[in-house]
Amino acid sequence: MGRALAVIIWILTLGSVSLFFVNKWWFPTAISEHAPALDRQFLLTIIVVGLSFAAAQIGLGWMVWKYRDTGSTDRAMYTHGSNRLEVVWTIVTAVIFIGLAVMGQSVWASLRFNDAPAGSFQVEVVAQQFQWNFHYAGKDGVFGRTHPTLIDDSSLNFIGIDEADPSSKDDAVHSVIAIPAGRPVELTLRSKDVIHNFWVPQLRFKQDLVPGMAIKVHFTANTPGKYELACAELCGQLHFKMRSFMLVLPTDEHSELMTLPQDQFQTRMTELLAKYKLPASN
Amino acid sequence: MSGETHDTHGAVHRHEAPTSFIRKYIFSLDHKVIGIQYIILALVAVLVGMTMSVLMRMNLSWPGTNWPILGTLFPGGAPGGMMTPEFYLSLVTMHGTIMVFFVLTTAPQGGFGNYFLPIQIGAEDMAFPVLNMLSFWVTFVGFVVILAAIFFSGAESTVGPIGGWTGYAPLSALPNSGPGQGMGMNLWIISIAIFCVGSLLGALNFITTLLNMRAPGMSLMRMPLTCWAWFTTAVLALLSFPVLLGGGILLLLDRTAGTSFFIPGGLYVSGVLSGTSTNFPIHTGGSPILWQHLFWFFGHPEVYIAILPGMGATSHILSTFARKPVFGYRAMVFAIFAIGLLGFFVWGHHMFISGMSPYSAMTFSILTLSIGVPSAVKTFNWLGTLWGGRIRFTTPMLFAIGFVSLFVAGGITGLVLGQSSLDLPMHDTYFVTAHFHLVMGVASIFGMFAATYFWFPKMFGRMMSERLGRIHFWVTFVGVYCIFVPMHTMGIVGMPRRFAQFTEYEFLATLHPLVVFVSIAAIATVIVQILFYFNLVWSMFKGEKAGPNPWEATTLEWITTSPPPHDNFAGVIPTVYRGPYEFAVPGAPNDFILQTEPEPGTVPATEGTGNGHNGHRH
Repeated sequence: MGRALAVIIWILTLGSVSLFFVNKWWFPTAISEHAPALDRQFLLTIIVVGLSFAAAQIGLGWMVWKYRDTGSTDRAMYTHGSNRLEVVWTIVTAVIFIGLAVMGQSVWASLRFNDAPAGSFQVEVVAQQFQWNFHYAGKDGVFGRTHPTLIDDSSLNFIGIDEADPSSKDDAVHSVIAIPAGRPVELTLRSKDVIHNFWVPQLRFKQDLVPGMAIKVHFTANTPGKYELACAELCGQLHFKMRSFMLVLPTDEHSELMTLPQDQFQTRMTELLAKYKLPASN
Repeated sequence: MSGETHDTHGAVHRHEAPTSFIRKYIFSLDHKVIGIQYIILALVAVLVGMTMSVLMRMNLSWPGTNWPILGTLFPGGAPGGMMTPEFYLSLVTMHGTIMVFFVLTTAPQGGFGNYFLPIQIGAEDMAFPVLNMLSFWVTFVGFVVILAAIFFSGAESTVGPIGGWTGYAPLSALPNSGPGQGMGMNLWIISIAIFCVGSLLGALNFITTLLNMRAPGMSLMRMPLTCWAWFTTAVLALLSFPVLLGGGILLLLDRTAGTSFFIPGGLYVSGVLSGTSTNFPIHTGGSPILWQHLFWFFGHPEVYIAILPGMGATSHILSTFARKPVFGYRAMVFAIFAIGLLGFFVWGHHMFISGMSPYSAMTFSILTLSIGVPSAVKTFNWLGTLWGGRIRFTTPMLFAIGFVSLFVAGGITGLVLGQSSLDLPMHDTYFVTAHFHLVMGVASIFGMFAATYFWFPKMFGRMMSERLGRIHFWVTFVGVYCIFVPMHTMGIVGMPRRFAQFTEYEFLATLHPLVVFVSIAAIATVIVQILFYFNLVWSMFKGEKAGPNPWEATTLEWITTSPPPHDNFAGVIPTVYRGPYEFAVPGAPNDFILQTEPEPGTVPATEGTGNGHNGHRH
């Protein structure tokens, strides 16, 4: 029985570890500036995880193989432990685990401990149950005033834009986020109803949109293309359908889009969405 | 070595069980009966939770399929046999809630803790038997209320609320935010609140009993590790459940009394602006994140509430069947404390992406990875306990070894999720689902399987079938690996949790074979649990008779008859002379020495409270 158990443990270990080597079941190709550092930290962590996992399981299998009761009359070893060993493995694991935590902070700090660089492209994001609304400032670069009392879904004023505000004249609202490649982007995240989450796998980026808060986040996407955008925080009945796209556009194409008046903006977005294809899955 | 030879101090003073059926089996004050009541409650609850997981897997792997039986059973939730998304989400919510509260919190602590903590410390009963009875019946009422949420969810198409077991506000706070969020959500909150009260009563009892009612000679450092685990769990429960109770009451007030603890101003839900309709009164100034802080201040310690008793049982059983003292007993005790203490300072790792300050995220991240250290220390000591042993592969031992394997497999990925930066891609994906199911769900359950097979002979006087037990172990052990390891891969690709279907996204298409594989593994694993239930019932009547000490173990539960008499030790309070795991002592006649066996010429330590009679109620 001990030998069978050991073999099963080793097979399960091998199977588990090899699953992480299947290329098509890995991260999609990254497109953001912070992603390479993040992927490196992930890889380092997953290697530590894999080695610890394998070492513990191989050790466990070895113990049950080697120390199975073979029916001889010898007794087990009489020991209550070893303080030296306790100290050694406490220190070693503390150094590795806390070391990983500290190393992991650099990516986090680069994204979250500082404001968006000056000149970042601004998008106001207002999520609502099962729909994304991206508010673009338009040619003047100034967002028109919005207010909850002006929200009226039935007349398609999803984010409550104040038409009386002159700076709202050239604003556009669309369910797709279009951002420039290679230029920092700052999002101001809001929600009308419940908590949502902005999640683009290729971006390696995720952030909750919390009602009552305006959360500012920033990142830079480098590779032009069309990517799927998902809501990753349970927001209700049709949560699984709260899908949209992120268009990362070459700078000139993007600035051209942003200067278009509202009606042409919508048409151009439709064209761009057709022009760019989703990345082939790994 | 039999129980009858133990040293006796003090006069024999027997307490007989009450004779009426109701006082003996229903409203019993006997901690053993109450323990079994808790276990039965968990056995019923886990059936409900498991059935729900099968329904969820069916929907995920074969979306759009018509299951005629579903259409018959749930005409609202699966019209024509096809599951609605809200029905799926209500299954998610109820599966999580029932499993976490009514299985993982009741069986390990309320069940086995109740039954064995008093016996293992040499007490006749819990300190407050009436409180103990109340704690079970309050918990039972909580379970009835959560079942009521299934039948009176307020929406024909659900079996409860749809916001997940975490009940994040404002989705949970707004009755108009979706189907199931009406009466179903109210009942959910009330059930959790009732459960909190029951757990608090239980926790008070455990702590008092352990501190005050140990037998003479049972110093703290002579207690089995199970007792340390139950004690620490009780302290965690005492400190964390009040916070959830408070949070739950505030949430209920937000929903019913027009308060705004978690609801900010200016919300526009389902086409209605807050304050413009009688169905949606005005709210202002609340914080959705406050709910998350309150919830996770409870929710993280809850993870340890679920698993610490399993750790205790594993240590206990590994030592017994390796025929070897626990390796590093003292280090194990400190590790339990360290886990319990650190467990209160890591709740923010559930909230890295929530909009919480990024600086607190950094603090929580480093503290979170620190908690891996005592967890690793425990693993090393389990391996150390096996090292040099003479391992007997009984069914409880197989499950205890499985516990170690699964605890490592599930716990180690905490190194990924505990890093705030890695939560940018991993948060709310199947990687998280995989992580916590393995460590908090499956590992804890393996601890309970081990405990059941180990203590069943003591509880019912008969052995469980080893043959059935082994089949149960092999299939379950391989099954849970097949279910949960591929979920990590899904999470790396980016598959979000709590999606009713994956058909909407192209980037998820590549995962379909894995999704189907997991479902098949899950269904097979669930089916094998029938063996376990069958084994329980069959062995109760037909199992081989067990003597007082069938496993040749050392602790106090094995000195008394199987099952123990009403007052546990037939009126004789045992005296303890040695540590809990004296196996393989060189020169001793047997390879195990009971804790009650005096060493020639030694006197019992005076540290034990020695007042096992005090606090005893009839």
